[in-house]
Amino acid sequence: MVKIKLTDNYPGSTLTIDGVMLSLGDDFVDVEKSLDLQQALNNGYVEIQEEKEENKVEEVKEGEEVWIFAEQRAGKFARVALELLGKARELADHQGVKVGALLLCDKDCGLSSELISRGADKVYLAESEKFKNYETLNFTKTICEIINKEKPQIVIYGATHIGRDLAPRIAQRIATGLTADCTGLNIDEDGLLIQTRPAFGGNLMAEIKCPEHKPQMSTVRPGIMKMLDKTEREGSVVKCEISLEEDDRIKVLEVIKETRKVANLEEAEIIVSGGRGVGSPENFKLIEELAKELGAEIGASRAVIDAGWVPKDHQVGQTGKTVTPKLYLACGISGAIQHRAGMQNSDTIVAINKDPNAMIFSVADYGIVGDLNKVIPALIEELKNGKTL
Amino acid sequence: MNIIVCVKQVPDTNDIKIDPVKGTLIREGVPSIINPEDNNAIEAALQIKGEGKVTVLSMGPPQAEEALREAIAMGVDEAILVSDFKFAGSDTWATANVLASAVKKLDYDLIICGRQAIDGDTAQVGPQLAENLGLPQITYVQKIEVGEGVLKVQRALEDGYEIIEGKLPVLITVVKEINNPRYPTLQGIDKAYETDIIKWTADDIEADPAKIGLKGSPTHVKKSFVPPGKGQGIKLDGPTKDIAKQLIGILKEKEIIQEF
Amino acid sequence: MLYHTIRNFVEKEIIPYAQDIDHEEIFPIEQIKKLAKMGVMGMSIPKKYGGAELDNVSQTIIMEEVSRACASTSVTMGAHTSLCCYPIVNHGTNAQKERWLPKLASGEWLGAFALTEPNAGSDAVNVQTTAVRDGDDYIINGNKVFITNGGKCDFVPIVCTTDPSAKHKGLAIFGIETKNTPGFKVGKKEDKLGLRGSNTCELVFEDMRVPKENLVSGKEGEGFKISMGVFNSGRIGIGVQGVGIAQAAFDECMKYVSEREQFGRPLKKFQAIQFQMAEMATKIEAARLLCLKAAHVKDQGKNYIKHAAMAKYYGSDVSMEVTRQAIQIHGGYGYMKDYPLERFYRDAKITEIYEGTTEIQKLVIGNELFGRGF
Repeated sequence: MVKIKLTDNYPGSTLTIDGVMLSLGDDFVDVEKSLDLQQALNNGYVEIQEEKEENKVEEVKEGEEVWIFAEQRAGKFARVALELLGKARELADHQGVKVGALLLCDKDCGLSSELISRGADKVYLAESEKFKNYETLNFTKTICEIINKEKPQIVIYGATHIGRDLAPRIAQRIATGLTADCTGLNIDEDGLLIQTRPAFGGNLMAEIKCPEHKPQMSTVRPGIMKMLDKTEREGSVVKCEISLEEDDRIKVLEVIKETRKVANLEEAEIIVSGGRGVGSPENFKLIEELAKELGAEIGASRAVIDAGWVPKDHQVGQTGKTVTPKLYLACGISGAIQHRAGMQNSDTIVAINKDPNAMIFSVADYGIVGDLNKVIPALIEELKNGKTL
Repeated sequence: MNIIVCVKQVPDTNDIKIDPVKGTLIREGVPSIINPEDNNAIEAALQIKGEGKVTVLSMGPPQAEEALREAIAMGVDEAILVSDFKFAGSDTWATANVLASAVKKLDYDLIICGRQAIDGDTAQVGPQLAENLGLPQITYVQKIEVGEGVLKVQRALEDGYEIIEGKLPVLITVVKEINNPRYPTLQGIDKAYETDIIKWTADDIEADPAKIGLKGSPTHVKKSFVPPGKGQGIKLDGPTKDIAKQLIGILKEKEIIQEF
Repeated sequence: MLYHTIRNFVEKEIIPYAQDIDHEEIFPIEQIKKLAKMGVMGMSIPKKYGGAELDNVSQTIIMEEVSRACASTSVTMGAHTSLCCYPIVNHGTNAQKERWLPKLASGEWLGAFALTEPNAGSDAVNVQTTAVRDGDDYIINGNKVFITNGGKCDFVPIVCTTDPSAKHKGLAIFGIETKNTPGFKVGKKEDKLGLRGSNTCELVFEDMRVPKENLVSGKEGEGFKISMGVFNSGRIGIGVQGVGIAQAAFDECMKYVSEREQFGRPLKKFQAIQFQMAEMATKIEAARLLCLKAAHVKDQGKNYIKHAAMAKYYGSDVSMEVTRQAIQIHGGYGYMKDYPLERFYRDAKITEIYEGTTEIQKLVIGNELFGRGF
């Protein structure tokens, strides 16, 4: 028996499951597990009441740890690595095991303490000048050796350019499964990791398991998991031996940071996005101004990119970037599915469009039917007033 | 330079619609295309091949032949389809094994893959193939220059790029920013139908049966579902100034924007 | 694959620019260059000379798709592939074919065809441009009007009379390489209702000296026969151009009636609209099939004259009807330049006129039905 109730996704007002009639707004009721129930669950029409954790595991056992790859560049952690620590902490607590962080960095980098304060019980540290910059083969060899020695049950990486270069290589070498770009990680009744991820350009979600191979590995999208605040915590550093071979097949000649600020939309908290409704490249100034007031990044629909008003790295959508900011303001964007695919998982979506039938309103939490040429200046003024008070 | 390009035939996910009644993906009638970044890979190969030849390789069902013909119409010299029902259900690890077995039968200086496919969206097969073959890899390539026995490339980072020199042979994955793939020409389309596609089975490539197909895949899809769409939100009405005030108020309350 | 490739191409390379091509009167040279890269500008030329030698059905498919995107581009293309190439491919001497076809096939040269004169429209025989033999050359005097690609072409076969008294037996066609023929002048550029991206000009020949090697087919008196061949063949293209324009208008309607709501529901729920859409869809399909049939008959080497004339007559007719209805369905929006409907409506009209008016088509069909000289 499970306790279920109807969700808002259900298009009707009553649904009968296995003879039990559920109405919208009713509290949880008991039903038997059945095909009807499974179908309704698959469609997202019902939700199961979460079993309260009666016995949280008291004893933390050794081994079978949950690890994260602590991606860092030039001594600074990728934000996603710290987010992953938060998730790893949750998974490890559930399993009654410890959290480990794999840190490969330059000699004396001094980064271990932050990892511990953010949730790691152990930092597996490999220090070498060779790790100053990321390099596929060196990192792969070192991490595989550490994994083979310590045998964690789960290893998660940020789905960054580095993570997506490194993780598959490791998975292939160790001969284990890797799931890419996960948006959800949970443990099932059998203690296996359930990895939830989008496919088909975001049109479909899949739940993936890796039942017979260890460790279970995933790369995780930035901005999904929650970083823990720094706290005083106990943790240890395990220094790992490194045995690297000379391999000069790949040489990094130069690392260049773009002088033009490349839009880092994937890490943005707020995005102000403009579409064809903005009207002209000159008018895009409105978007820029609003973004400035909010401390936001600028996004754009494909139409605007194709028209050349804004550089390509601002494109949000299926063929652009997928973003999950806390706030997404869609201005003059019609909201075709290809654009929605890139932003519909934002926490809060506000849409401004003069067409009341624009598809963007179907995913907006707050909609304003109006002329953005009037609404945006009003918003800017309101924000400015708030600042001067 | 002899180049192998790995391609995948995928459904055009731009065209995928969701059945409003059942809440499931409508797959019928969705056209199959060459994965867009694989098109970029083919274009990159054609641009730098020089005196050598470009071979496209694909693991897929028999209908993937159509995608390979399109590649020939673009101008590649040879197309190989590795197809066998034993490959069905392969995850990326198993797929990389199959492709590696096929590649081992060929001569090459360079392997080019598209960064990721628009159906799986994993970007894993390229690196996994490189690992399987013991080749170094360079991912997210957005520009290529050919040197003596080396490739000098620009690798995209989130906040800039790296300039990397790789000794051949090497495997690279390319991103769509690298080029504008050419269209098949009319003459190419003619040639595409006159050329034989080479077909290999699991036995032809001597694939290890334990490492392919569903049984050989470490990861399994347990469930798939259409993500519940966001419900219709609240429409803010009234004079512009009031709406602006209202919206900012709501956002501040929810701590989405900070109080200044 | 051909259909899929050309549709892809058209979506990316032509449709986004079509509005500007019309509104700003931009000559679609970029689109033509890209079509040339694909080999499309040589689609009617034998492989021997660098062309793609496509069958007529395939050529018709390509013409429809390009027309659907932008009629200005399609006529620029069609004047080259259909009108200009025909006389050389079918009647040129080997030397002429070798000299002219490769450059036309590759798209290095843009072609045109010049028959129409101020006094010779439907009465094509009444050509007054004279070609007088002078040693090893001909001296040509006269002017042509309403010539598509006239001001932009590198090569144009022109229809002249070497013997006015012989009427239609006195016509001859000369291939003119415009860049190195003294006496060849481009006159007024026309300001048109539709097809505004297409270049339509007057051509003026003042004592234009042309070597006798440029006389297409090498024989005088072939001009009429060749011209009729040009038009019989070109008709199918114009018919399907009409179909393409109609299809574009129809596709806009499909979108609009699904999105636009009045009286509490989308327009497509109203039976009046459903009936209109059904009628338009049927007519477009019928017109398209007529064009494909004509192309197919031509591919089989049989007499396709009647079908070609039917294809143009019906295709242009449907084009007019559908584009008009399409504006109506869009109501006020259809009248605004923001929407493409008004462009389709303006573009459609010419299909009833050029390359043989609808009236001429009916005469041709009548001839085929009853036999000449009935």
